[in-house]
Amino acid sequence: MVLRFRKLYFTEPTLSKSYESYETPKDEKKQATEKPKAEKKQEKGERNKKRIRWGCVNSCCWFIGCMCTTWWLLLFLYHCLPANLGVLKGPEPPGVRLKNEGLTALHPVVLVPGMVTVGLELWEGRPCSQGFFRKRLWGGSFTGILNRPLCWLEHLSLDKETGLDPPGIRVRPVPGLVAADYFAPGYFVWAVLIENLASIGYEGKNMYMATYDWRLSFQNTEIRDQTLSRLKANIELMYVTNGNKKVVVVPHSMGVTYFLHFLKWVEAPPPMGGGGGPGWCDKYIKSIMNIGPAFLGIPRAVSSMLSAEGKDVALIRSMDPGFLDSEILGLKTMEHMMRVIRTWDSVISLLPKGGDPIWGDLDSAPEEGHVCGFETKGFFQSNSRENNDSRNKDTRPRIEIKHGAKYGRMISFGKEASEQHSSKLHKVAPMELMQAVSNATCGEVWTEYGKINRQNIQKLADNKAYTAETFIDLLRYVAPKTMQRAEAHFSHGIATDLDDPKYGHYKYWSNPLETKLPYAPDMEIYSLYGVGLPTERSYVYKLSPSDKCDSIPFRIDSSAEGGCLRGGVYFTDGDECVPVISAGFMCAKGWRGKTRFNPSGIATYIREYQHSPPSLLEGRGLKSGHHVDIMGNAALIEDVLRVAAGASGEEIGGDKIYSDILRMSDRVNIEL
Amino acid sequence: MPAARRRKGADNSKKPIDEEEHKTENPPINNLNLKKERRRRSCIDNCCWVIGFTCSTWWFLLFLYNAMPASFPQYVTEAITGPMPDPPGVKLHKQGGLKAKHPVVFVPGIVTGGLELWEGHPCMDGLFRKRLWGGTFGEVYKRPLCWIEHMSLDNETGLDPPGVRVRPVSGLVAADYFAAGYFVWAVLIANLAHIGYEEKNMYMAAYDWRLSFQNTEVRDQTLSRMKSNIELMVATSGEKVVVIPHSMGVLYFLHFMKWVESPAPMGGGGGSDWCDKHIKAVMNIGGPFLGLPKIVAGLFSAEAKDIAVARAVAPGVLDVDLFGFQTLQHLMRMTRTWDSTMSLIPKGGDTIWGTLDWAPDSDHVCAAKKIKQNVTRTAGETGVGVDDFKCHNYGRIISFGKDVAELHSSKVERVDFKGAAKGNNFANRSCRDVWNEYHEMGVEDIKAVADYKAFTVESVLELLQFVAPRMMKRGGAHYSYGIADNLNDKKYQHYKYWSNPLETRLPNAPEMEIFSMYGVGLPTERSYVYKASPATECYIPFQIDASAEGGNDQGCLRSGVYSVDGDETVPVLSAGFMCAKGWRGKTRFNPSGIKTYVKEYNHAPPATLLEGRGTQSGNHVDIMGNFALIEDIIRVAAGATGNDLGGDQVYSDIFKWSERIKLQL
Repeated sequence: MVLRFRKLYFTEPTLSKSYESYETPKDEKKQATEKPKAEKKQEKGERNKKRIRWGCVNSCCWFIGCMCTTWWLLLFLYHCLPANLGVLKGPEPPGVRLKNEGLTALHPVVLVPGMVTVGLELWEGRPCSQGFFRKRLWGGSFTGILNRPLCWLEHLSLDKETGLDPPGIRVRPVPGLVAADYFAPGYFVWAVLIENLASIGYEGKNMYMATYDWRLSFQNTEIRDQTLSRLKANIELMYVTNGNKKVVVVPHSMGVTYFLHFLKWVEAPPPMGGGGGPGWCDKYIKSIMNIGPAFLGIPRAVSSMLSAEGKDVALIRSMDPGFLDSEILGLKTMEHMMRVIRTWDSVISLLPKGGDPIWGDLDSAPEEGHVCGFETKGFFQSNSRENNDSRNKDTRPRIEIKHGAKYGRMISFGKEASEQHSSKLHKVAPMELMQAVSNATCGEVWTEYGKINRQNIQKLADNKAYTAETFIDLLRYVAPKTMQRAEAHFSHGIATDLDDPKYGHYKYWSNPLETKLPYAPDMEIYSLYGVGLPTERSYVYKLSPSDKCDSIPFRIDSSAEGGCLRGGVYFTDGDECVPVISAGFMCAKGWRGKTRFNPSGIATYIREYQHSPPSLLEGRGLKSGHHVDIMGNAALIEDVLRVAAGASGEEIGGDKIYSDILRMSDRVNIEL
Repeated sequence: MPAARRRKGADNSKKPIDEEEHKTENPPINNLNLKKERRRRSCIDNCCWVIGFTCSTWWFLLFLYNAMPASFPQYVTEAITGPMPDPPGVKLHKQGGLKAKHPVVFVPGIVTGGLELWEGHPCMDGLFRKRLWGGTFGEVYKRPLCWIEHMSLDNETGLDPPGVRVRPVSGLVAADYFAAGYFVWAVLIANLAHIGYEEKNMYMAAYDWRLSFQNTEVRDQTLSRMKSNIELMVATSGEKVVVIPHSMGVLYFLHFMKWVESPAPMGGGGGSDWCDKHIKAVMNIGGPFLGLPKIVAGLFSAEAKDIAVARAVAPGVLDVDLFGFQTLQHLMRMTRTWDSTMSLIPKGGDTIWGTLDWAPDSDHVCAAKKIKQNVTRTAGETGVGVDDFKCHNYGRIISFGKDVAELHSSKVERVDFKGAAKGNNFANRSCRDVWNEYHEMGVEDIKAVADYKAFTVESVLELLQFVAPRMMKRGGAHYSYGIADNLNDKKYQHYKYWSNPLETRLPNAPEMEIFSMYGVGLPTERSYVYKASPATECYIPFQIDASAEGGNDQGCLRSGVYSVDGDETVPVLSAGFMCAKGWRGKTRFNPSGIKTYVKEYNHAPPATLLEGRGTQSGNHVDIMGNFALIEDIIRVAAGATGNDLGGDQVYSDIFKWSERIKLQL
């Protein structure tokens, strides 16, 4: 409606303009015929000129005035409208429906937000950040970047050595529900879930947002901010004040591994842990409902660590080469990004865990045989049909394609290298790489790439293909300091003997393959995630043409296309961020039944949500399977609400599977 | 036609470039039509033009403003007023090297905490988790009745009405700014942040300030949350906390200290040494320990000085029923459902607040106009104007008529109102909605009240019980206003006594310190001159007699309100007495001898407009931006004791007045 009104007003000024212009020549004619004297004519000409110039400014002002008035009028009308008239009645939100069914708040709810979605605010900064005290640097409207980009980057990076605050800067997470309800104005994260929980009776006293500084490594959030202690105290408080009801924890994205860390931390004895003792989780936690969990890491973290780019950046680059690399304005966007990202320890926690057994080796991967239906049926419709009963999988027709994507090669240099058989690949012994001498000549060393000389980079590229395991070696070589810092906090392997005392160290706590779940037989673990969207799985790289010393030497080869390969990225099934294997494997196999990772046999459930794109009016969709938009998925919200109101996993229907997760998990051979 | 031509000719000579010029030669009829059309069009055009011009200019200025470096306004200010003093946080950090030591707990007062909607009626659609109280108050304008409905509590229970859940905002944002640009705690927070405080060692104990104190625990478990958070901060930092309550938060925290020691289920079960283990100091800002006279007027007739003045300036505006507004009645209906207001009713009765003919602070000299307020003390001492007439009868907290307020008690004829039969002969039969309890009163009752002429604090309680029995019954279950004879009496274990400092003992915490910090030098409401309201239908039957004036310059009576020294809300007596006398040394109210300090801050109005609300203000709320007060707080938070700060700092007559109060200690 607004558009139509505006259109009307666009036509109006032009009409009146034509009226004016029609009038002036008439006047001129009259003047010309009635006053034949030459001097007078000249005079008139001057006057006319003046009038026209004046008229231009005038009509500009006039036009703006019209626009403003109309705008105000419409705004006024909009505000006068009764609140429920203008909006089309959408379907009833699940919260209201369930309330009418008689559900009421029972278990307190703890929300653990993921990476990036939590707002960060400034508590102390350099002079350039004046006026930003307790304003959001991250989240909200991001005004900081626009006004003073370099200052902003400086405040968001952490110290390179310690991974904590740089001296003189304190940036802290926003506390409370406001921290992550909306990421930016209008872009909800938790808001929809909170609203639905509220309609069955939740409020501040039985809902807690466990915000943490997502840039820090998990243990450092405790060291600097005592975030884990705070989480523990709040869970205990809610347990007591809500009539000794256990809490339901709802972590999202990286919050999932953060909460895994918490589970181990709270049981471990002080000073490293929270001293809650082995029965703590059993006493206080009813269930953990992981949304879009990145249990085993995400491949996207690989590309952002290596070259600070993802699918999106590669796309921009292919459309407008040079845009991001232009140094005319001294921007060097990517290099700045990389410098900042590499100071964030938490990114390292998202690197793929479990190495080749999980993510595949050079020639095979659990996802092998995945069919990408980009063109024909939207995204992956062909592959993900309903198979609640996954046992008769064998009967399903599978399309064998000749050149199945070799997902195991996380990074390959050149498209060819990504398709060849491993025996044909040129390989360089890792030892050779390590001996390379660095002779950096760059003045300002931003990224650690500045310290590696060009030949060595060439050698790295000659190695052609890297798997999840060898990639870690690659990172250790190209970013030794980052990895050294981060590997004191995170580990990415698989434990052979979980009783080894070394696994008492906190660096293993966030890796589900190197920890045991706590002893809590009554607890339930859910894995709720979207499927049916192409998700980055492995990358085709090339050497960057630029030879400047500060630039990033690698970049995604966005010209590589074919099959599951789009813009230099191999896709698989997932929620656009987390591949199915990472989100589902632990609940589908690793923890199913009594395994060595799950000694007390905690029940696990997989709930997948098939993505279907929203219609235009729906906004971000009630059936979205996207990593963040899934927080508005009505089915997911209903599941969370039912569990919070007391239902068990069996009562909400057990597993619900659309993807190939069970088959993929079968292919993964790890000792359980 | 010729006239028209002549006019045009004149125009012509004046403005040669005028558009009309060319048409003088045209046939006149044509000309006229054209002209009319032009005129009409040009009027709209001109309007549009003006708007467009204004907008463009505005945008241009806005653009310039945004492009301006951030330090520019400060530069201009400094150019005009000279260099600004460093904020205390920066100063102390630079000079003293002070660092964050003790965790800090803020307890906001009444009104300043934000409230947000969690569940509401359909008229509040789309406002989920938006602020109803605080912020921009946009909803008050858009849907005033709906807003009042949501802000009111249940008349019977004092809790949520069915289907409505309005909850306090949590975190520091709850009370840093009350409305946009109107700071409450923000300045203090910013200064504490300079010496290293942040979210982890600062906690805003936001609570629903409409509820009675114990009900915040019953409904929201606010007290448990506060206890848990204090324990957490003590555990993680290894230091005791410094608590900074403001205004009603002072009473709330008194309640908390008793609650936390009491055994469950009524209390928090922390044991008798909890306060000793967890609290270093309680720094009360503008604490109405013994209640506020202002609240009497608020409960009695929903008005205060400001409203009385508004009424005097434009009589009728507030009472006009033309649009069905009845603003005051609505306000009264709403505020009377808020139990917390009753915690502010003056406590201690006539012993503290004075009898009909005597009051401890009756020798106060008001010189609002000529001499600045802060000189009053010296004026009083030198004996200027201390004759019978100047000794105000502050003890009469409500008098009917100015003459009554000034007469000696023996000359006042009083008729006891309690005898008046209640309930017959309703005054307001025609009222459609029975909003407040006045409508259940008869004409005779109202007359009886007015005939009693003068009320002291104790009789005001009876009066309130008479005019608003249901409200007072609800309040009586949660608050008490007396003085305890025997503190060992078992009944004092009930929570209704916990927020009254004259009916509880302080906890056993010999190392704790209690500060009373408040502004002085501002006229503060102390007692009222009332009259019966002229309109009798559907109105509040009493109102402040705004025509009553003190006459000469030294009269304390302005627009029907007697004022005394204080911070514009809390009189000195209420803020200072407990720390100056009631708790000083080992008394029966303070058995463990907790050290008390009185720190007064003399009000000085902001020097220039650029200073905003001033850095030396003594106003009840603006004092939160007072640099001297902030400096004291920072020092204590960084580890200083009361003696390090220099002990008492007194400008008013508080010690003299306290001496006059005969209270068994």
